[in-house]
Amino acid sequence: MLSKKQALLFFLGGTLLFSIIFIVMSIDTVTKGIPAHTHEENMTAEVIHGRVLWDENNCMGCHTLMGEGAYYAPELTKVYDRLGPDAMKAILMSKVPWAPHGRKMVAYGFSENDAKGIVAFLKWIGEIDLNGYPADPPLKNRLK
Amino acid sequence: MKYKSQKVAYWAFALSMLLIILQITYGFIQAFAHLGYDGLHEWIPFNTSMAVHKNLLVVWILSGFMGAAYYIIPDEADHELVGVKWAYIQLAALAAVGVTAVIGFHFGWWEGRKFLEIPRELDFLVVIDVLLFLFLILATLWKGKQRTTTAMILSVGLLAAALLYLPGMIWFDNHALDSFFRWWVVHLWVEGVWELIMGGILAYLLIKLTGVDREVIEKWLYVIVGLTFLSGILGTGHHYYYTGAPSYWLIVGGIFSALEPLAFMAMALFALNMYNKGEKRHPNKMAVKWTLGTAIVSFAGAGLLGLAHTLPQVNLYTHGTLVTAMHGHLAFWGAYGMIVFAIITYIMPNVTGRKIYDSALGNYAFWLSLVGMLGMVASFGAMGVAQVTLERRLGLDFMTVQGELHSHFWVLIITASIFTIGILLYVWNFIKYGLPNDEAIGMEDKFEKI
Ligand code: HEM
Ligand code: HEM
Ligand SMILES: [Fe+2]
Repeated sequence: MLSKKQALLFFLGGTLLFSIIFIVMSIDTVTKGIPAHTHEENMTAEVIHGRVLWDENNCMGCHTLMGEGAYYAPELTKVYDRLGPDAMKAILMSKVPWAPHGRKMVAYGFSENDAKGIVAFLKWIGEIDLNGYPADPPLKNRLK
Repeated sequence: MKYKSQKVAYWAFALSMLLIILQITYGFIQAFAHLGYDGLHEWIPFNTSMAVHKNLLVVWILSGFMGAAYYIIPDEADHELVGVKWAYIQLAALAAVGVTAVIGFHFGWWEGRKFLEIPRELDFLVVIDVLLFLFLILATLWKGKQRTTTAMILSVGLLAAALLYLPGMIWFDNHALDSFFRWWVVHLWVEGVWELIMGGILAYLLIKLTGVDREVIEKWLYVIVGLTFLSGILGTGHHYYYTGAPSYWLIVGGIFSALEPLAFMAMALFALNMYNKGEKRHPNKMAVKWTLGTAIVSFAGAGLLGLAHTLPQVNLYTHGTLVTAMHGHLAFWGAYGMIVFAIITYIMPNVTGRKIYDSALGNYAFWLSLVGMLGMVASFGAMGVAQVTLERRLGLDFMTVQGELHSHFWVLIITASIFTIGILLYVWNFIKYGLPNDEAIGMEDKFEKI
């Protein structure tokens, strides 16, 4: 039967081994993988400005981006392709809550410059290589 | 209880009780907002209620862990808690930081990072507060007569949880990098070091409630936490599938996260086996129920419902849908909510000296909260599957699909009300115990033979 000492060694050994593998993989991801997948060279000052506004206003508290966030409002990873810059700016600059289907978005009333930043940020997000997410709906063309 | 200083635990638990009620209140605000009843939108928009709901959850669970440690460590180490006065200050400061953060969320003082919304300025106060807590716990352990495995695992879990908070405080211009390190906190907490804390508390409860030999229980505790890290560390990869990281995480994250349920299964089998093996029955029957309950429900919520969407092929469609919310509720409640309730249920008679062990009130609280939560999870699940089918597989528009989910949201509200009644009864029972009492010192509870 397993002794307490063996159980302790299993715990310590496993933890050490998998921590090391995890750290090595993380270093590769952080230094090479993510910069390449996200096209870090396209991260202009405007994109970063948008990124800061995204964070300050907690947009993720309602929407998802790359599938992360809350499930109250639409997924925004590909919003640039869906709406285009002009419609996006109109929503962001609106002084009344945007609520085309009943659920309200906060009326931010962003300045033109801020709205441009957020649009640039979301355009940059839309170009990230996300390993195939969001998938094309597989049954879309099967409906009659 | 053995030591006067263990009374501190009561106040940590009282804070948990207060905060869970607030958390649930904001949950209802969110559920109604989903249905379009958003009269509070001006003052509490959805992202505010979401930030409050999640952060209060984390704070009340941490406060529960702290209370557990303030009771368990002196008992296990055989020594009064060091610096009792500081323990009260530490808890008051935690409450103050928590309340400040929640008020701030109503005025846009936050960061848009799921689960880590507390602004960086306050993060530093959190860190100082937690360091103080850790200092008191570790100093007690240091000065104590003995260092048991249970106490060590609990303390290592608490220490590691504090350290892992730090990567979440770094700013990255690249949003995908921010997300990468956010999971070092969120995932490595709930699927890593918090399981150590849970395992430590569970082992303590089983030692106290079943009378099985400590050596046996602690041996299996090592195996469980070994399985946790064996699977959970590389399992972090299940958050890196579709968030801008390389594709090797699909394989590594897929395989190792699929092994994570093993640790929860081991925990459930462990608790049930020890209970069956135990030749004595503890009079605190409610504590036994909560203890076995947390072991089983965490396996269902974290293990099975986690497995349901952790393979990359499945997650491609369920990622960021109400399927995630289904899993999030049962996992958090079953593992961390119920373990906190279990230790509170065990400790309350010991610190107040009132031996209310098996009341109708306590039973209603247990069963209504359990049934209510299962109902909530079923309605989130139904909505999630419908959302995945309609939006992700058939390609209908997000808001069109949400409109189709209305009746399910009503079921969510009804089942959440059942859950809430259970919680309110529990809190009422908590209040009925009265305040901690010095007369309870030395009144050790005795086993009954079966
Ligand atoms: C007690 C332990 C656990 C808790 C408290 C928990 C809680 C959560 C929460 C709150 C989320 C949402 C996170 C976010 O989007 O920010 C989540 C996501 C996830 N969890 Fe867990 N979880 C636990 C264990 C597990 C286990 C053991 C597995 C796998 C077997 C698992 C698989 C997943 C997956 C795949 C996601 C990502 C969902 C998505 O793509 O949207 N979880 N979990
Ligand atoms: C009356 C009780 C409750 C109600 C009505 C409720 C309702 C909700 C709603 C509507 C959401 C938002 C989903 C979204 O649109 O993004 C949510 C999120 C969440 N709630 Fe609750 N909740 C309740 C209790 C709880 C409890 C007791 C826990 C934990 C033990 C909890 C943990 C969470 C978590 C972790 C999330 C984030 C989930 C995710 O993003 O995947 N909730 N809740
Ligand atoms: Fe995870």
